Amino acid sequence: MNLALADIRHKLGRFMLTCLGLGLLMAVALSMVGIYQGVVSEALALSRSLRADLWVVESGTSGPFAEASRIPGDVREMMARLPGVAAAGAITLRTAEAQAPQGTLRVQVIGYEPGRPGGPSAIATGRGVGGTRFEIVADARSGLPLGATLLLGRHRYHVVGTTRGLVSSGGDPLIFMQLRDSQDLQFRLAPAAARRALAAAAGGGGTDTVNAIIAQLHPGADPALVAETTRRWKHLAALTDQQQSDLLTLSVVNRARVQLGMFTVVLLFVSAVIIALIIYTMTMDKLREIATLKLIGAPDRTIIGLVLQQALMLGGVAYVAAVAIVFAARDVFPRTVALGPAEVAVMAVVIALICLVGSMVSIRAALRIEPQQALGG
Amino acid sequence: MTNPLVQVEKLSKTFGAGDTAVRALVEVDLVVEAGEVVGLKGPSGSGKSTLLNLIACIQEPTGGKLSIGGETVWDGQWRVADLRRLRRERIGFIFQFHNLLPFLNAIDNVALAMTLDGVDSATARQRAGALLDYLQVGKRASAMPARLSGGEAQRVAIARALVNRPKVILADEPTAALDSERARVVMDLLRQVARDQQAAILVVTHDEKIFDRFDRMVALRDGRIEGEQLRAA
Ligand SMILES: Nc1ncnc2c1ncn2[C@@H]1O[C@H](COP(=O)(O)OP(=O)(O)OP(=O)(O)O)[C@@H](O)[C@H]1O
Ligand SMILES: [Mg+2]
Repeated sequence: MNLALADIRHKLGRFMLTCLGLGLLMAVALSMVGIYQGVVSEALALSRSLRADLWVVESGTSGPFAEASRIPGDVREMMARLPGVAAAGAITLRTAEAQAPQGTLRVQVIGYEPGRPGGPSAIATGRGVGGTRFEIVADARSGLPLGATLLLGRHRYHVVGTTRGLVSSGGDPLIFMQLRDSQDLQFRLAPAAARRALAAAAGGGGTDTVNAIIAQLHPGADPALVAETTRRWKHLAALTDQQQSDLLTLSVVNRARVQLGMFTVVLLFVSAVIIALIIYTMTMDKLREIATLKLIGAPDRTIIGLVLQQALMLGGVAYVAAVAIVFAARDVFPRTVALGPAEVAVMAVVIALICLVGSMVSIRAALRIEPQQALGG
Repeated sequence: MTNPLVQVEKLSKTFGAGDTAVRALVEVDLVVEAGEVVGLKGPSGSGKSTLLNLIACIQEPTGGKLSIGGETVWDGQWRVADLRRLRRERIGFIFQFHNLLPFLNAIDNVALAMTLDGVDSATARQRAGALLDYLQVGKRASAMPARLSGGEAQRVAIARALVNRPKVILADEPTAALDSERARVVMDLLRQVARDQQAAILVVTHDEKIFDRFDRMVALRDGRIEGEQLRAA
């Protein structure tokens, strides 16, 4: 016969309610962990999907995510000819407000040359961007179905394919289109302004400008070496994928990341205090019963077991509730709540530790209860 | 041949100190032999419960000497390291207010005392059930204490005190909530336990109906022994 379980069964309604309340609190802490992971994984989603080994950007910048970068489009051919480079692709990158059927949509537009690096690594539905103009592949986060149209700048674009999980570091859905379309969108001025610019500096600005070149290297090629070679062209800078990832997590989303991380720690701390208080209340509610156990000769380990088991049952049931709540509600969040088995397991260990540490005070108090406290009516 | 299982020599207990000190027991001498059932009576506040609590090592004496089963337990300080083990193995206590655990049903309340002593729960339940049957509460075995009547709860508490076959049994008003018929059943059981297990039994009671069931009666007044009477044979 298990005393901890028997006592809980005796006051089941109250215990379940306590677990639910604690579960909600843990659910908040767990979602914070997921949101933290989500911010990091979203920041890296694009660069991971592009499978770039090397990012070539404007000299003196850490583009194209952390800083703006502009380079001529013909750099792509120079890069493609460098030893060690397997493929190179030019991309443009800009955020835009687009008119979607459901309203204004904030998106990040990626322009690339189909067949070269820079496109989506996987298409969820439909197909990739083809040779026809004004086609786009939109991420599912945009809510755009196949066949929908999107008004961007002066043109309407047709959704021919969708992707999953490709968002910008700010969480905006990615829209892929042909490089030519995106250059028009990004660098071509409105007709009136274009005429004036043309008059001012005859033929000065071509529209073959891109934001970055991404290069995929041959296996065995050293990214640092190729980057070094690239930097000899004075107008170019080169970042390895690792440098780019570091920039994204440590610079672009750093504040958000640290903010969320600190908030998670605060939440865990609050949870710890509340768990300790609940365990203490549960224990002191049983003061008379614990004194009675001592009266009939129960050894300390019986008392410790009672408190400890109840603490773990409380934490366990509440955590199961928390996991259920978070997984049921995760799609409601506007940004990814990235929780895998690893996060859930680590949190379980953290919660178990909190329960163990939180029981210490209660165990001390329970051991100090005098048997004679059970005497009297 | 005597075998004094409980030996109390000049045992005193004072609660508090200074002006508010209460001298609950003053130099009490008492011996209870194996196989003996001794009654303890006296007006309210005379120190009956206090004496039982001291013998059960629930409270610490302030003077004198206490021995259980020939072993000195207190003589100015505790002489036994594990008091709870002593209680568990050698002393059965029937409390004035039952003190059943509210989250265990009747039979588990009784069986628990055995499992704490290392007996497996199946065996413990079996013996607990038999004891409850004997005390005529067998049909309430699966009831929670809150659903037991005062008399039923008292008999469950009695079963719990007896289940480990202790050598010393202390009972604080065990028949207070029982009608005379059931009070007799309880007293007969205690007499039988004293005889069969050679246990020493000390029972606090106000109940004149059962005075004839004791080998002798001890009277307390203001913390002192007033007089001993042998049973009218
Ligand atoms: N924990 C305590 N602190 C202070 N005084 C106490 C304490 N316990 C008992 N007393 C006092 O000691 C005296 C003896 O009390 P005790 O409970 O032993 O009486 P009793 O004979 O059992 O009475 P009753 O028949 O009412 O149960 C009383 O004056 C009581 O007020
Ligand atoms: Mg009393």
